Amino acid sequence: MRWLKPSVFLLCSLPLLWLVWSGLHGGLGANPIEAAMHELGHWALRLLLLGLALNILSRHSGWRRPMQLRRMLGLFAFAYALLHLLVYITLDQFFDLPAILEDLRFRPYILIGLSAWLILLAMAITSTRHWQRRLGRRWARLHRLVYVAVPLAITHNFMVAKTISPEAMVYTALFIPLLILRLLPRRA
Amino acid sequence: MLIKRPDPIPSSAITDEAIYRERRRFLGQFALGGGALLLPGLLAAQARAEARPPKLEGVVPGPFGSEESLTSYQDITSYNNFYEFGTDKGDPKKHAQLLRTRPWSVMVEGEVARPGPIDIEDILKLHPLEERIYRMRCVEAWSMVIPWVGFPLAALLKHAEPNSRARYVEFTTLHDPEQMPGQRDRRILPWPYVEGLRIDEAMHPLCILAVGLYGHELPNQNGAPLRLVVPWKYGFKSIKSIVRIRLLEAAPTTTWQQLSPREYGFYANVNPEVDHPRWSQRRERRIGELRRRDTLPFNGYAEEVAHLYQGMDPKTLF
Ligand code: HEM
Repeated sequence: MRWLKPSVFLLCSLPLLWLVWSGLHGGLGANPIEAAMHELGHWALRLLLLGLALNILSRHSGWRRPMQLRRMLGLFAFAYALLHLLVYITLDQFFDLPAILEDLRFRPYILIGLSAWLILLAMAITSTRHWQRRLGRRWARLHRLVYVAVPLAITHNFMVAKTISPEAMVYTALFIPLLILRLLPRRA
Repeated sequence: MLIKRPDPIPSSAITDEAIYRERRRFLGQFALGGGALLLPGLLAAQARAEARPPKLEGVVPGPFGSEESLTSYQDITSYNNFYEFGTDKGDPKKHAQLLRTRPWSVMVEGEVARPGPIDIEDILKLHPLEERIYRMRCVEAWSMVIPWVGFPLAALLKHAEPNSRARYVEFTTLHDPEQMPGQRDRRILPWPYVEGLRIDEAMHPLCILAVGLYGHELPNQNGAPLRLVVPWKYGFKSIKSIVRIRLLEAAPTTTWQQLSPREYGFYANVNPEVDHPRWSQRRERRIGELRRRDTLPFNGYAEEVAHLYQGMDPKTLF
């Protein structure tokens, strides 16, 4: 299965390539900065959920192969979240530090997004074999925080929307069964 | 009151070109500043020509012109908040073709001497159609400059002869989930959409009923066949596809107040000093521009309308 990782890598890059291509060709509509923020945020969340799903699949089926993709999906999710944050700082706020600090202070959804992002950052940094060995049992505990990061990101999504967010409802509907399955004892 | 006459050349003849050049300028500026990945195309002009609804005849230039460059027809008609057709900005353009705008009539009722339905064709004869170039500031902190075609709301109200008890005006959007698929989901908003104005706000010469855009009839996604435009208030006050206008003694409860009274008030005047609880209202992104610009009190119409609110606590005017 030498082709598995490269093809998943390519698949995970497609949304970004598509986004860049649309951006270059005026395909992101009247408010391209907002559109880019939305797409990047949603892809971060989707990849996180996909990673969780593979993890659960592996856990309950004993089939190990999905586990090999876990790290790549997680790092891609982090990359999209990082770009989401960078677009916010550069294009959206234009490095306006007072405005960003005000956002952090007065808008809980930004703080919640940042909390989710910091968890993803810690996971990305410690995602190497080296760190896994170094942290030992604590590594697993740290990486279980993804079950905190995902609901935080979903809450962030709910709070940005002016009314009910259909996407966030779908994410919730996917996350809850994954969480329940994670809490069930492992069969294999 | 400052009244500027807009250029007699119809906006539709000059604007797309102006916007195009404006965007090229930003492109250049950004290239100088060193480019981020997405940018060149983010601001690239979209040259795609689109079929427009029929041209409106006999449109004359109206008062309150603006010298600012207009937002492109493409952007005005493809980036819409019109939840009756879905919550995505692109949904209204996709789904609004389901809306039938003829025959159409508006029921005028309540505290008036002449209640009853008025047909859209008769409404169009009440007053000469004027081009009104207004800034439009959305509560979501973006803005446009739009060349509306319309006439003063006061003309329609006077036609109905409000009595002395008429202190507020309530507006209602069509409620028909067959034509407005977004209305099938009641979690989005408590349908039908309702908005309101105080009578002196409604009678103000800036306040218009719009029937067109860029010299053409309104596209459905912009609130055809008849919508309100109140340029000194956040965009959600400018209710679309109106079927009922009711004059009332007490203030109506508007849709957004019903949904979230803490976030949306009755007045909803554009005010950079009063933040939306979830984001700042101090600045806005003009569609087609890169950097945010400062938001002006009353969306820059303070000279015309600030007196309406004298003696009221500005903090209650959100
Ligand atoms: C410091 C970290 C973060 C900041 C400052 C931030 C900021 C924002 C902002 C300003 C918006 C609103 C965009 C707009 O409507 O113009 C937004 C939306 C969103 N963000 Fe974040 N975010 C952060 C972290 C995250 C993370 C970690 C995720 C996902 C894993 C995420 C997912 C989303 C999603 C899904 C949306 C909703 C887009 C929509 O309404 O369709 N964000 N974020």
